[in-house]
Amino acid sequence: MTAGLLVDRLRTGLWRENPGLVQLLGLCPLLAVTTTFVNGLGLGIATVLVLTCSNILVSATRRWILAEIRIPIYVLIIASLVTCIELIFKAWFPALDRSLGIFIPLIVTNCAIVARAELFASRNGIVASFFDGLGMGTGFALLLMAIGLFRELVGRGSLFAEFDKLIGGEPLAGLVIVDGGWLLAVLPPGAFFSLALAVALKNHLDSKRDTARRA
Amino acid sequence: MIPRVVKGGMTLAAIAAVCASLVAATYQLTTDRIAANERAWLERSLLPALGDVPFDGSITDSKIVLEPPHGLPGSDAAVIYRARSGGVPAAALFAVTARGGYAGPIRILVGIRAGGCVTGVRILEHRETPGLGDGIEPARSDWVYQFDGRSLGDPPLAGWQLRADGGRFDQLTGASVTPRAVVKAIRETLLYFDAHQAEIFDMPATADSQ
Repeated sequence: MTAGLLVDRLRTGLWRENPGLVQLLGLCPLLAVTTTFVNGLGLGIATVLVLTCSNILVSATRRWILAEIRIPIYVLIIASLVTCIELIFKAWFPALDRSLGIFIPLIVTNCAIVARAELFASRNGIVASFFDGLGMGTGFALLLMAIGLFRELVGRGSLFAEFDKLIGGEPLAGLVIVDGGWLLAVLPPGAFFSLALAVALKNHLDSKRDTARRA
Repeated sequence: MIPRVVKGGMTLAAIAAVCASLVAATYQLTTDRIAANERAWLERSLLPALGDVPFDGSITDSKIVLEPPHGLPGSDAAVIYRARSGGVPAAALFAVTARGGYAGPIRILVGIRAGGCVTGVRILEHRETPGLGDGIEPARSDWVYQFDGRSLGDPPLAGWQLRADGGRFDQLTGASVTPRAVVKAIRETLLYFDAHQAEIFDMPATADSQ
């Protein structure tokens, strides 16, 4: 596996087949937690960790896993990793854990993770699977952060509020751009609108690049 | 030759054992920190409702859990924390559930000084609409501070309602359902405290079930 191929794996996850923008996987956590940038970042970190570790474990054990029982084994591996991450968050980032709530355990049901296990890690080596997990996870995390940033700015008029959830200490208000905002953005419909805008933006950029290349 | 089904079962068992040990090891590493965090969080969320009342020791040790029916607001368990100062009852904190909010139960904390003055009210948990009903959170508006220092005589019982209902307390801009539920729960808690004050401080603490 050459360096070029590894870069290609990362680029695939970050942009070309971004789990949130292109495959539209894992939308439940994506839409639910992205009310602030910090929430997006927190769930993003958790997802990258779970996805990278699960890809490594699935790839490492792929020789011994029979086709009939592969799905239960993926679920077992992913569920154990998520439980470990949840305990670590509770121990070191209690405020973030409280704010993400049920969405940390629900990473188990993020179909982006089982999809990578089935489509990539079970058929490729450990190094390639590591980069695939890292790329796909980071792609998902960046989308969570971008949507969180956008919804927080439009819905509450602030940027990077509640960073104390990550670093501890006194509550932080972040940068207040305007006082209050357009409430709809932090309500559930705002999540759908924001995602639609993000998908549209990506498609627009892609088609512009294709036209440029053809010309 | 081992049958395929046995081989599959053995693989599954082996991987399950590895995964279980991974979780067990993480649990061992984190369990003390998690318990300390939860205790600290509980203390931190209780203290603001106690205002400036001085007290001895740790409030969480003096917890009583009342299973329904208990006469306090809400149909789930109510928790009372008692603060003593120099061995004398100083204040009690009631974690009760306000019903009739816009979106499910609202868990509130009402602090009452011995004698019946409110030391503070805080919202522990709610799912009210962001931007409207969530003004009951002190982080979003000052609404909740209007109860500080009030008691059943000030205003008189009939005044323990929203202005919209002929009482003495403000509602929130654009939201009256949520504040109405909270005011009602505070009023009922004060009435309960008035009727049971002596018993509350005499009851033995409920032991933790864990």
